[in-house]
Parts: sequence; structure tokens; C-alpha cells
Amino acid sequence: MEIGNIIFLTLTGALVAASSAYVGSIMVLKRMSLVGDALSHVALPGMAIALALGISPIVGAFVFLSFAVLGIWYLEKNSDTYPEALVGLFFTASLAIGVLITKEVDLLEALFGSIEKISVYEGLATIVLSVSVIIVTSLFVKKLMITVISEELAQTSSERISMINLLYYVLVAVIVSIGIRFVGTLLTGSLVIVPAVASKNISKSMKGYFLMSALFGVISAVVGIPLSKGLLLPSGPVVVLVSVAIFIITFFYKKLLTR
Amino acid sequence: MAEVVLSVKNLTVKRGSHTIIDNISFDIPKGETFSIIGPNGAGKTTLFKAILGLIKYEGQVEWKRDIKISYVPQRFYIDSELPITTQEFLKLKTNSEEKIREVLESVGLKNSDAHVKNVKEHILDNRLGDLSGGELQRAVIAWSLLGNPEVLLFDEPTAGVDVVGEETIYSLLQKLKETHGMTILLISHELEIVRKYTTTVLCLNKEQVCYGPPSLVLNEKTIDKLFGEEMHYYHHKHKN
Repeated sequence: MEIGNIIFLTLTGALVAASSAYVGSIMVLKRMSLVGDALSHVALPGMAIALALGISPIVGAFVFLSFAVLGIWYLEKNSDTYPEALVGLFFTASLAIGVLITKEVDLLEALFGSIEKISVYEGLATIVLSVSVIIVTSLFVKKLMITVISEELAQTSSERISMINLLYYVLVAVIVSIGIRFVGTLLTGSLVIVPAVASKNISKSMKGYFLMSALFGVISAVVGIPLSKGLLLPSGPVVVLVSVAIFIITFFYKKLLTR
Repeated sequence: MAEVVLSVKNLTVKRGSHTIIDNISFDIPKGETFSIIGPNGAGKTTLFKAILGLIKYEGQVEWKRDIKISYVPQRFYIDSELPITTQEFLKLKTNSEEKIREVLESVGLKNSDAHVKNVKEHILDNRLGDLSGGELQRAVIAWSLLGNPEVLLFDEPTAGVDVVGEETIYSLLQKLKETHGMTILLISHELEIVRKYTTTVLCLNKEQVCYGPPSLVLNEKTIDKLFGEEMHYYHHKHKN
């Protein structure tokens, strides 16, 4: 593989990681980490169908994820207790169906991602989507943070809290869809969650928290992707393990500080 | 008589077949301090949520047109590791540092020369979750004052604040009422506080047990009916 290609993929990966970490840092504060993880499994049947039809798996994943986030949004809005078990059941069922209908040759790619197969167009679309997600999130981040602090404060102080939540879930669907191409359905969740929990370990302010989350995401991609190429390993798991290493460092740093 | 800011008629809230509050009616004129008292589980917080439109209800709830309302919830639990400073919390609502200084002053977190460093270091630049109970309550009141509300709904202001702090939260509310001409709705279970600071009281125990000025309606009979014998004796002893 030529150097230029690795640089392009690393740049794309870095932007995906940054946008995932930014959106994911709100997800962690909303205590929805596991939902975010389970959510990525819904993408699998969508990807299988897209591959069978010969269209980009990102599109198939996004269509299925959109339905899933609408479901979450609806349940959250219309039910007193958040039915987490139900969400888990539905999402793992999707994974099971997805594994059954995905062709064996495509399965490994769908589960763990394959950045080698990303075309230039897909790469460019991914860059545009990642940047858009970052911009849209930053426009609504204050209102989202109010919902994190207290749903009741949000309901009485902001006009359309339910619409803001829906918009947020759509952003989640977008980042999970593009993340899947990089690290696969099984590992996208970690792209969303791990940089954020690492950043939460060491951040005191909101600004620092978001910045460090995005930065940790970027470091994971920028170190992980070239490293995986050098070691001839699949890139998804390497990127995820780099972010986990960052988490471990921040965890002990926090322990040292609070001792 | 002053303009009515909130008129509630025959308000009933049910959850399934269970009636939580039954047929409540009251009016709140502008500038009043209106208290809702009652034992635990009497439906006080439910009543607040109903008049805020956060839950479904039967009956009528009419606010003055375009009125600005702020709500301070009862359990304001902040994860102590939530990465947000008090300054950032207040900035979620306004970008104006001047306004933030103003509301902090009205809640008694003053930026006097002696304290300027204190407020900045100990309150504004600190994590919201690291504030003491009293400081957090003040910060939340400050937040609710941003946007100049005409009505402040306050669910159990003293919950989680030590006794010394209690008195100051109430005198603070009193001051806000005087300086900002605000109408205040309180949920409380402390009779002495209600007697001291309230213009009208509504006793609630699923049904409307009493309604009127505390000096008239808070007699031993209503208190018995509201809290049962135990409270009556306690109250009696306290008075002697």
C-alpha cells in the first residue's frame, strides 16, 4: 500500500474518530454508553442488504440505524422507565439476523471493518459527514448539556427538547454508520465511548472534556491506523486498543491525582 | 386585587386507575408567595409538574399569557464527576458575563472586593458537582433567574441544605420577591417557614385540605387532618 493512501485513510479515520468522540462524550454523560454500543449492532442487517444490492454499506447501515434511533427516541419520550432490557434484546436480535443474512466473505469485514476497501468517494463523503456532524453538534451542544444536567430543567427552560434529542440521535446514527466502515459493527461503540470516558477521567470543565475526547479519538486513529499497516494487522482492533491504552493512562493519572 | 398569574380549576392527575391529586382549584395573584404543604406522597411535586405541563392532567391550568416561568426541581442531583464548571453551567443559558454576575449577586454569591477571588475560584471555576448543597442550590436559583422569570417554582428549597443555610435561602427568596416583583410558588413541609414567609397556603393530601392565608387556615384541625396526630403534638410542643 502506498504512503499517500495511508495518509488519506489516516486523515479520514482521524476525522471519524474526532466526530464520534465528540458526539460520544454527550452519550457517556447521558448514561447511554451501552445503548450506543448495542445500537451499532442494528447496522449489520442493513449492511448485508446493501452489500447484496451492490450499494455502499454505509447507506444500508444508516437506513437501519435511523429506524433504530427513532425507536429509542420514541421509547424514551413515551415511557416512564427507560426499557433498556428491551433495547438490548432488540439489538442483539438484529445482530443475530445480520450474521445469518451476511455472506460469509463479507462477514469479517462487516464485523470488524476494513478501511482498505474504502473508495476515494466514500472517503471524501466520510470527511464531509464527519465535519458536518462536528459543526451541527457544536451548534446544539449547550441545549444537549442542559438535558444531561436535568431533563426537568431542560423541559421547562428550552422550547423543543424532544426535537433536540431526536436531532442528537440522528447524529449518533450518522457517526455509527461511518464508524462501522472503519472498525466494524462490533467495535464502533468503542470509538464513541472510550475516548469520552478517558477524557472524563481527567477533565474538570466541559470545554476541556469535549476537546480532550476529540483529541484522544484523533490520537487513536493517527497512531492506530499506520501502526496496523506496519504490523500487517487489521486496523479496527488496533485503533480501538490504542484508545483503550489512553483510557488506562488517564485512569491511573486520575488515581494519582486523587490520592 | 392584583392580576392573576395562574388560575387552576378542578385539576386532577391520575396514574392508571390511581388518583394522585383530586380536584384542586386555586388562583395565584402576581407578587404572592404561594406555598403548597402536605405529607410525603401527597402529590405536591405532581401538582407542580401538572401546572408546568410536564405531565398529563384533567381540568384547567391557565397561566397569564406569555409569562416567563422558571422551575427549580426538588432533587437536583449532580454527578460529582460531571465535567462542567459552574461558570459553564450558567453560560448554557446566557453568554453575558454581566448577567451572570448580576444573578450571582442576587443569590448572595457576591463579587465584593474581599470575595472576588473566592467566588471565582471556589464557585465559578469549580465543578458544579463539587459545590456544597447550599452553594449548588444558589447556583441553580441563579440559573433559574437568568432570562428574568416572572414566576419561580421551587420544590422544597431546603432539601439538602444545612439548618444555617435554610434560613438564608428563604430570606433570599423573600428578597427576590421584593426586588424583582416575582411571584413565588413553594413546596414545603416546614410549617414555621410557611407561616413566616407565605401569603397563601394550599394544604394538599391528594385532596385540597385547606386554602388561604396561613394565619387563618393553618390551625390545629387542618394540621391534624393533613399530617395526622403525630405532627399535631410535635407542633404543639414546639409552640410552647
